[in-house]
Amino acid sequence: MEAEEIIALLPYQSPFLFVDDIVAVSENQITGHYTFKEDEFFYEGHFKDNPITPGVILTECMAQIGLVCLGMYLVKDELSNSQKPQIALTSHQMDFYLPVLPGQKVIVHSEKEVFRFNKLKCKVKMLNEKEELIARGVISGMLKVK
Amino acid sequence: MKKEELIAKLKPIIEPYVQDAEAFKNLSEDTDFVNDLKINSANLVDIILDIEDEFDIRLENEDMEQMLDVKSAMSIVTTKISK
Repeated sequence: MEAEEIIALLPYQSPFLFVDDIVAVSENQITGHYTFKEDEFFYEGHFKDNPITPGVILTECMAQIGLVCLGMYLVKDELSNSQKPQIALTSHQMDFYLPVLPGQKVIVHSEKEVFRFNKLKCKVKMLNEKEELIARGVISGMLKVK
Repeated sequence: MKKEELIAKLKPIIEPYVQDAEAFKNLSEDTDFVNDLKINSANLVDIILDIEDEFDIRLENEDMEQMLDVKSAMSIVTTKISK
């Protein structure tokens, strides 16, 4: 399964798609990246005259790459043209280490902990281009092919 | 395993995921995981995985679908451990 195929299955679009590319994916892990554009909508308000990517958006980016893209890959054999997976975030625990500024590229790496009974739970980390840790945590969601 | 013994083993597995503490206090065989204890679907999976570890059994999709209340959880566990 190619990266474009996975991204095409995602139920997001601009301004809430935070996946540029998937560089590696297997049954157990995935690596992808996203570059935050200078004019992302949330920089206007977070913060006043001091644009910094909100933690919830970093978490969203990590969930889209680490959980949803990996999940699409895991259920690929069950998918057909008429069937799109239903997804829902169910929990996350996240620690943040460095801020992400407008224009910065982030790399997300996720390892599957468990995928059973439609629940996918992953250990996810986000790095910058210098391979410094931006955030890491555990994200879980439900993923079901209708 | 006796019923009381089984419930006593299930209670600590269920407790961390309960959203309705009052309903948990009054837990009986008829207590429903979703409607009474207000457990969400993701945490229901956690309960199933914890039950597998506790009783050293393997549960399948059809077991998951049936496991809606304490009574059905007890009956599935009883069937599995007797095999």
